[in-house]
Amino acid sequence: MNNPLSDGRLRRRKWIEGFFKILMVGSTALVIGSLLLIIGTIIWKGLPALSLSMVTQTPKGGYYLGKEGGILNAIVGSLYLALGATAIALLFSLPIVLYLNFYARRNSKTAVITRFAFDVLWGIPSIVYGAFGFVLMVFFGLRASLLAGTITVALLELPIMSRAIDEVMRLVPKELEEASYSLGATRFETAVKVVLKQCLPGILTAGLIAFGRGIGDAASVLFTAGFTDRVPTSLLQPAATLPLAIFFQLGTPFPEVRDRAYASAAVLTLIILLISLVSRGLVKKFTKHIIK
Amino acid sequence: MKRDETKSHISIRNLNVFYGDDHALKNINLDIPDRKITAIIGPSGCGKTTLLKSLNRLLDANGGVRIDGQILVDGEDIYGKQAEVTHIRKKMGLLSQKPQVLPMSIYDNIAYGPRIHGQRKKKQLDAIVEHYLKVAGLWEEVRGRLHQPASRLSVGQQQRLCLARGLAVEPEIILGDEPTSALDPQSSQNVERTLVELKEDYTVVVVTHILRQARRIADYIVFLFLGELVEHGQAAEVFADPWDPRTRAYLKGEIS
Repeated sequence: MNNPLSDGRLRRRKWIEGFFKILMVGSTALVIGSLLLIIGTIIWKGLPALSLSMVTQTPKGGYYLGKEGGILNAIVGSLYLALGATAIALLFSLPIVLYLNFYARRNSKTAVITRFAFDVLWGIPSIVYGAFGFVLMVFFGLRASLLAGTITVALLELPIMSRAIDEVMRLVPKELEEASYSLGATRFETAVKVVLKQCLPGILTAGLIAFGRGIGDAASVLFTAGFTDRVPTSLLQPAATLPLAIFFQLGTPFPEVRDRAYASAAVLTLIILLISLVSRGLVKKFTKHIIK
Repeated sequence: MKRDETKSHISIRNLNVFYGDDHALKNINLDIPDRKITAIIGPSGCGKTTLLKSLNRLLDANGGVRIDGQILVDGEDIYGKQAEVTHIRKKMGLLSQKPQVLPMSIYDNIAYGPRIHGQRKKKQLDAIVEHYLKVAGLWEEVRGRLHQPASRLSVGQQQRLCLARGLAVEPEIILGDEPTSALDPQSSQNVERTLVELKEDYTVVVVTHILRQARRIADYIVFLFLGELVEHGQAAEVFADPWDPRTRAYLKGEIS
């Protein structure tokens, strides 16, 4: 029983257990810490410039991007762009994912190649999407505009959203589909009436991830959406975006304008936070019938 | 209605099923009697569920499987070129091992089938829901909460809901894949009793690994062993006097 060898071994195992536990807790604390630090910094630096006029007015005051007025142009531009792009991406993601999961045979060439393509597209830097969008734009004779920006961001979001929905849909139990088939439902009826319902929270989350990526991306809209002081009133007008507003404001030599960059960053973060909270609430509402 | 004792409802002819190189069912020839309970028994992995799922073509829903031979339901070859798979499945209600309710309310679970087959009238649907919940013995328990999520029911209630849902598309055949294996004894008894009641109007085919259950409810026994149909016949005869040594060994509990 009191074998010293096994005693030593036990101590060693306990030590390893303790070491890795500390490592895990430490890493978790690091993540939460950085999140708080980022939000804290942005708010601390942006607070002086953050005012009601910041979110209700377009830039004014002469200097480059304005010392006064606000960033309403960029807020509205970003929301238009990201919402439009997310809607377009969803419109294309759903049929693709339904096809992959219901019509293409599992591990068929089509399915494997499509998923591989999405993984590659996911990894392509957004400036490349921007460049590609620019080529498309020139080809169709468009100027930098809300339309061109939305299409480019939709392209950027498409692989993210498709893969996210695909992962959720692959987790739907086969038996659930069989239950629907055995009642005489077609693949399409099963996909739309049962599986989409079951996946709704996942689809919402996928939409949120894609939206966050879309609203936060600067490189893809740099050449395609352009920049303007005005709130766009047509799809063919250029549109300002928050990431670019931050980029331009930070690049000025005026400290007052640079402060406004942090305020813009705070607004952008707040928008993402708000949308996360709202969709959390929606997910709760939609999960009522989900089979766990 | 006069019952014809020898009438068969499903005829299986030279059925072979392959999963890749694995020969899962070997040349099965079998007639499943009309309006009786047929129990498919045999050790795990002998092809019971494969045989059951070949009956409503769930087997070929997922690919990776090759099926040879014929299965005639009411004289129609369900693997024939003319066969319409949704029509075939509508003829057969399925009870799976673990009840699979659909992600919707109790009411919508039952109305799902009738709706996809064209029933849109609320009054009719209400009547269907009530009727089949009563048949499955669930009505009294759920009448006040029809619009609550089906997933909140107990497992036993869920299985009865699945039965009601299957019956609501007016099938002729009820297939059960170890339908009581996830249930507590009381719920199992409920399901068994309902199946016995239902054989008045339906042909019932149940896969079971519980021999006592087969003895309690089956009229006809099909014994599979390693993908082969070893023995089939009237339950009383098979249980009393199995002619194949493998059946005898299985019934004695020597192989399982």
